[in-house]
Amino acid sequence: MNLVRRLFFSTSPRISSSIRVERPPLPASGEREHLWPLLSLIAFIAFAATAPAFATEIPSSERRSDYELMGPQTRAIQDDDTANPGMLGALDGEAEWSRRDGAANKSCADCHGDARASMKGVAARYPAFSPALGRPIDLEARINMCRTDQQKATPLRFESKELVGLTAYLALQSRGMPIEVGKDERLKPFIAAGRALFNQRQGQINLSCAQCHDDNWGEKLAGAPIPQGHPNGYPVYRLEWQSLGSLQRRLRNCMFGMRAEPYAYGAPENVDLELYLMSRAQGLKMESPAVRP
Amino acid sequence: MSARTLINVPAKAKRGEVIEIKTLIAHPMETGYRVGLNGALIPRDIITTFVCTYNGEEIFRADFARAIAANPYLTFSTVATERGTIAFQWTGDNGFSASAEAPITVE
Amino acid sequence: MSDHRPESRATRRDFIAGSASLAGGLALASAIVVRPSRATPESMAAAIKEVVGEAPVRKGKVKIDVPPLVENGNAVPLTISVESPMTAADHVKSIHLFNQKNPQPNVIDVHLGPRAGRAQFSTRIKLAAAQTIVAVAALSDGSFWSGDADVIVTIAACVEDLQ
Repeated sequence: MNLVRRLFFSTSPRISSSIRVERPPLPASGEREHLWPLLSLIAFIAFAATAPAFATEIPSSERRSDYELMGPQTRAIQDDDTANPGMLGALDGEAEWSRRDGAANKSCADCHGDARASMKGVAARYPAFSPALGRPIDLEARINMCRTDQQKATPLRFESKELVGLTAYLALQSRGMPIEVGKDERLKPFIAAGRALFNQRQGQINLSCAQCHDDNWGEKLAGAPIPQGHPNGYPVYRLEWQSLGSLQRRLRNCMFGMRAEPYAYGAPENVDLELYLMSRAQGLKMESPAVRP
Repeated sequence: MSARTLINVPAKAKRGEVIEIKTLIAHPMETGYRVGLNGALIPRDIITTFVCTYNGEEIFRADFARAIAANPYLTFSTVATERGTIAFQWTGDNGFSASAEAPITVE
Repeated sequence: MSDHRPESRATRRDFIAGSASLAGGLALASAIVVRPSRATPESMAAAIKEVVGEAPVRKGKVKIDVPPLVENGNAVPLTISVESPMTAADHVKSIHLFNQKNPQPNVIDVHLGPRAGRAQFSTRIKLAAAQTIVAVAALSDGSFWSGDADVIVTIAACVEDLQ
């Protein structure tokens, strides 16, 4: 059943030109240490000057996990590990953790040992800054970096059983822990880029993420309450998908629903958005693998 | 072919006690009514039968129709009679078959 | 504007027809493209008849525990319970769940016996639209009992592009 409902907002539908957000060029490797703070400062001032007025961000005292807006029956599915289909994915990930792969014939466990110890708190800190890339990296890309660099194996595809399972298993090790993302100074320009994307009107209905999730959370849309849109439960078993999926899948789904062109899996815009959303959810407890409608 | 399963059976129970058994299995439960790319129907692919045995004797059976949600969740109860094995078997379209077991001690 | 390039077969008429069907196709893709036969109250009654035959079905004993407003029709959690001592002499043999508006009337058939201890099971089902669901229990004395529940189903605000 894929009826697309009209959104009852006052904007009249019109195609808006996408606003290209400029990012500073990466400095040459030798100059990285010196130029980076200056370039990021310039970039940040540029963003602040050119960006449109932002919707009011939710103050930290009012931050609520999307869990709280779900009905009791859906919450019950998440609360029971034997009823939560996301746990099937986490079990897949547990198996994947110990599977030897690649030219190096190594498993994650060979280097990282027991994930319950070594991966505790990791998912609550991602996306993190990657010195190798000079920009933020999310959990999926970080796993793939290990796969290519350490295991000498091919990267796992987004939404593949292996990658979703692994991220679910890793994120499970942070369950109950507060999100700690965004304090790193090097991430500031990317958080700003993500914030700009979140506030940017886009697509055929000229809607921004902020209009629903900052300005109208708690109100009803097509009979269902609008959540604040925090990513503290990913990968999530979305009832609409009938499967476990990544945050990037959800963002692409959102953009498609907004009648905007979604960014490709792994695109920097997606990672900037993930980073912004995690920093916007600072302090909320991780719930992965969560259940959402 | 098999599938990931999650079973919850109490490890220990008193004789005569009614225990709850919870089962969860990974399966797309494709109804056959969904439309995929190019407008073609995605063919039906569901689990059709679930059987639970207690030391080999059938204690519960379910026939699933297409309306059972993906990754079927099913809970039911049984009387703890004796120690042994509670076994689960799922069968379905395209030769699908999966099984799981849980031991139980009864005092 | 007609295309003057000799190698292209596109003409103005073809272009408009193409874009109209694309727009129409887009509209259709967001509505239901294929309409399989739907269960109706009649087909549900027929499905119930297959289970009970000519025997009467009395209302009572059967309780359906389901949220009245469901967040997503893809996974509606419910619990069905039947009042019964579940002894060898007096127990529930089977419980059958039906629906009115999905393409097919059957949902699940559960076979129990005195070993169940309780005539109760929980599962998650798919409901295509707001509708009434009916559960029929067959007792060991040959009688049939039923219970029903009305469920309203909301649809996800943002649906996904099929990849």
